[in-house]
Amino acid sequence: MKWITAWRRRPWAGYAVVLAALAIIGVAYAGVSPRTDQAQASDAAASQQDVAKGKALFNQACSSCHGANAEGTKNAPSLLGVGAASVDFQVSTGRMPAMNLGAQVPRKKPIFNEEQTRQLAAYIASLGGGPGVPSKDQVNPDTGDAAMGGKLFRANCAQCHNFAGSGGALTGGKYAPPLDKATPRQIYEAMITGPQAMPVFNDTTVTPEQKRAIIAYVTQTRAEPNPGGSGLGRVGPVAEGLVGWLVGIGLMVVAAVWLTAKKPKKKQQND
Amino acid sequence: MTDNNENSDVTPEEEGRVPKRVIGTPPSVGTQELLPREEPGEGGSGYVLDEKKARSAERVAAFFFTLTFLASIAFIFFYAVWPGHVGNIQRATRSNYTLGIALTLIFLGLAVGMTIWVRHLVTTKEIVQERHAISSTAEDREAFNEFFQKGAQESGLIQRKLLRRTLLLASAPLGLLPLVLLRDLGPLPEKKLRHTKWKSGTRLVVDGTGQPLKATDFNSPGGIITVVPEGAENNLDEIATSAVLLLNLPVDQLKIKKGRENWNVGGIVAYSKICTHVGCPAALYEQTTHHILCPCHQSTFDALDSAKVIFGPAARPLPQLPIGVDSEGYLIATSDFKEPVGPSFWERGRPKA
Amino acid sequence: MSTTTPPKAIDGAIGYADERFAIAGFLRAKSKKVFGDHWSFMLGEIALYSFVILLLSGVFLTLWFKPSMSEVVYHGSYTKLNGVSVSEAYDSTLRISFDVRGGLLMRQIHHWAAVLFLASTMVHLLRIFFTGAYRKPREINWLIGIVMFTIAILEGLFGYSLPDDLLSGTGLRITQGVLQSIPLVGTYLFYFAFGDAFPGHDFIPRLYTIHVLLIPGLLLALVVAHLMIMWFQSHTQFPGKGRSNNTVTGKAFFPVFLIKTNAFMLFTFAVIAGLATFAQINPIWLFGPYTPDSITAGSQPDFYMGFLEGALRIMPNWETNLWGHTVSWNVMIPALVPLGLIMTGAAVWPFIEQWATGDRKIHNFADRPRNAPFRTAVGMTTVAFYGLLWLAGGNDIIADKFHVSLYATTWFFRFTIVIGPVIAFFVTKRICLGLQGKDADVLHHGVESGKIMRLPNGEFIEVHEPASEEEAAVLQGKDLLPAPELEEAEDENGVPAPSARGPLGKVRKNLNRAFAPDEVSVDGHGEGHHETGPHDDEQLASDGVETGGGKAISRH
Repeated sequence: MKWITAWRRRPWAGYAVVLAALAIIGVAYAGVSPRTDQAQASDAAASQQDVAKGKALFNQACSSCHGANAEGTKNAPSLLGVGAASVDFQVSTGRMPAMNLGAQVPRKKPIFNEEQTRQLAAYIASLGGGPGVPSKDQVNPDTGDAAMGGKLFRANCAQCHNFAGSGGALTGGKYAPPLDKATPRQIYEAMITGPQAMPVFNDTTVTPEQKRAIIAYVTQTRAEPNPGGSGLGRVGPVAEGLVGWLVGIGLMVVAAVWLTAKKPKKKQQND
Repeated sequence: MTDNNENSDVTPEEEGRVPKRVIGTPPSVGTQELLPREEPGEGGSGYVLDEKKARSAERVAAFFFTLTFLASIAFIFFYAVWPGHVGNIQRATRSNYTLGIALTLIFLGLAVGMTIWVRHLVTTKEIVQERHAISSTAEDREAFNEFFQKGAQESGLIQRKLLRRTLLLASAPLGLLPLVLLRDLGPLPEKKLRHTKWKSGTRLVVDGTGQPLKATDFNSPGGIITVVPEGAENNLDEIATSAVLLLNLPVDQLKIKKGRENWNVGGIVAYSKICTHVGCPAALYEQTTHHILCPCHQSTFDALDSAKVIFGPAARPLPQLPIGVDSEGYLIATSDFKEPVGPSFWERGRPKA
Repeated sequence: MSTTTPPKAIDGAIGYADERFAIAGFLRAKSKKVFGDHWSFMLGEIALYSFVILLLSGVFLTLWFKPSMSEVVYHGSYTKLNGVSVSEAYDSTLRISFDVRGGLLMRQIHHWAAVLFLASTMVHLLRIFFTGAYRKPREINWLIGIVMFTIAILEGLFGYSLPDDLLSGTGLRITQGVLQSIPLVGTYLFYFAFGDAFPGHDFIPRLYTIHVLLIPGLLLALVVAHLMIMWFQSHTQFPGKGRSNNTVTGKAFFPVFLIKTNAFMLFTFAVIAGLATFAQINPIWLFGPYTPDSITAGSQPDFYMGFLEGALRIMPNWETNLWGHTVSWNVMIPALVPLGLIMTGAAVWPFIEQWATGDRKIHNFADRPRNAPFRTAVGMTTVAFYGLLWLAGGNDIIADKFHVSLYATTWFFRFTIVIGPVIAFFVTKRICLGLQGKDADVLHHGVESGKIMRLPNGEFIEVHEPASEEEAAVLQGKDLLPAPELEEAEDENGVPAPSARGPLGKVRKNLNRAFAPDEVSVDGHGEGHHETGPHDDEQLASDGVETGGGKAISRH
């Protein structure tokens, strides 16, 4: 262990430790950027049977908060008239049933499978009103005009979700979630139903065609490579500044220390 | 650090011209330079290298220089021969990596090679050099002062008052010329900051698509859309003042200010999207709290209560645009904004609204 | 390898040049100049070489960039923007990125070089400040540095504004809003700068001229002056064995420093090229073109503008309306006060220090920061002030990534911006004094050797060895600092001199006291002694360990 004591006493040892720590933090940070894309599609064919099964599921998993007849309680809003789209969004993103009621219900692994989700949606839709689950064609990103979608996204979505759909902060601990996991259908449903703090963009204000354009923009953007290297989380200049300081200045200081370091003693005695 | 005291064996011809190498207390006479660097091998003044180690260091340095050479070839090859650099984003990605890695290696190879060279193969020793005195000698200063005085006398500027004064007079306004010349940089503000493109009857059209909007179409509670005046969809200068945030608010919760009773259409309310702080679009709307937030500096406005400020650096509410419905059911403005939109300015001249 | 006659080619070239420019004599004198070796002396070189890259890559970019705000419809390689109407500036920047070979790489190199330029300028300035290297005779070079830093911030702002993308356009919008809110002349300045309404068509071409001609020219001139003055005055050096205020210890410019600085230049190039390869910067195709009614979450400027952004964010919403005139304190204070405090403060600091201490001597030694506690504490206060504003500029990212309330972050920074710097001051001062105490301790009792000894009574102790000559020389470097003294502050009867009377005189006296060295002594038996009591000495003696000139033992 003598060498380590000796090493520790070198003047640059402190800097080396700090740099190493920073490097570890940087690597750990860079490791956190998962990306999955699950395509799912289903037809909202609501049969009487679905409604019955949906009601059973509802009673079992939802009624404690939303009331026996979905009329709402002081813990949770009424679901009368919210429509199938809203149920499909909340359940398929795993937000409902909610585990605990914080500032915002987070996305998680869905509890119900696709069929059960459809049944729940059918039940709530049968209670009346509200937008339905969009068709496969309505959310097909391949037929959307991504350029138009980009314009609409910047005018209506980027203020919360950020220019590349990386998410952003709202007030009171709430946040606009990143759009990296949202399926085309969920994006459509979110726009049309306005889940949680999100406002509503109904079909007469932003037409289905324009919604498809937005979906095309979002899905293409997240699938697109970062031509300039790592995207640094696509959050803009804050990450760039951090990298500039930690990596840029960090490496330059290492180079400066190497260039100016005194050679070990024994070599100097060669003269 | 090595002690160089013993090494001050200066050749006779250099002696006299060059002060001695100094350690510790330097001689009092300070001049520009000190000892010349002695050539390695002469009297053992430079470091003597361990030839075995030196040769391996040389090989390492040579490896890195070769790396640079190869990377340069690779760079030129990638650039000139490989076709897929431009045309789409995948190609741009590949191009950036290939050219970038090659370029990085070019510089890195040279840098590392040179570092190894200077650390292991250069035999120059550390020396102590005297700093030269920074100021001139007293004689120099004295002589210059005299010379300057004499010159000033000879120029006549000191005795000839008229000459001196008119010269000063002549040069005084010269500094103003560049400022005067800048006048045509832009027009005067006049009343332009007080008006926008909105006037009575202007239809609200959706930003980005240009379609007019019917009140009955904008019917979802919690709805929001950005609108601009019809005819200004593509005029950035107009949009910069006239952009409006259209909200569908619960009419029973609206706290309508006196005199603004006719400014909304069944809970549809229009606020200027230009933040009253420094002009960013105050565009972030939470339908649960009915707060409008500006993402730049987080000024927060209460949409239910005439967009009054509830948090952040903005001092004034977002101006509200009076809106109505035309004969075909489309949403229209019923007048311009009643106050200037956007950031404050000196002449704004209205007490807090 | 050792030749006494240079190769013919070199000899010939030198001969040719010498017969025309007398170059041999000049080079003979210059190439012998000694440069000190310390890593922190190279920080300014990062800035210098980043600047070189900025000039080179900038010229490359000008070959394709069109500084025009005219609307065109984009049709290019980035299909997701096809058919969108954008400005020519944005269009041409996209073309550089996707249709010019190596264009994206050069754009990223240019931007990363700018980030590194500003970042290294900052660390370089901090190094100079904390080591007192701005003192006589180097005050003018310090001032040049401050001026370069200030205009480099502007240069950066103007540069990243040129592509006319959503993020930079938002920055310009804020610039315009700040301009407009200036009392009395604000609206005039706004219309003069923008040539008409915002965004208009004039601003980017004007910025372009300033960005590629005016400021780089100014910077280049100042860089040259900075380097010439540096060469003439030589670097400072840290205290060490065999070093004095009148000498420089190091190696000759030729060949050692020349190779080193070139190697370092290439490291700078390599790091910037590496960043440009592996880390995407300013992806304007993702931001989209600027329209005044669009905005993105996380609208931030580049890092060097971050402290102004932070100040704007945490400022309370003060505004006064008097006699029909509006003064926006909520904009004026954050826009002017932090920048003014830091830049003006830095500029006048050397002169304040001179005035307060009455110290007019030439200083060629760099202080170790601990040996000037007041200065170091003031420096850390500034760092804390700047750093907190900087963090506040990213409060939305902090709130989002760490899931805290947005307003809570604002309130946190509103408080800490006041108390944080104060805490930094006192903590730094304590740390400095503590480190001085430790230095004194090392001088008196030696350093921990890592050898563990067992005493007869069973206690384990670590053998302390006296500090090596080199180490001791560094520690005693403090001795070389002049004790600040106010001449004629009082006469022999205790009557304050005229200069010490009055409010200004009192300020000076207090400052003088603040700068005064503390009681930790490195030569006598000062504070450093308190850690070992008589008991220890007794024990040492009884253990037969030599305490005089050789080894000393103290409790670990």
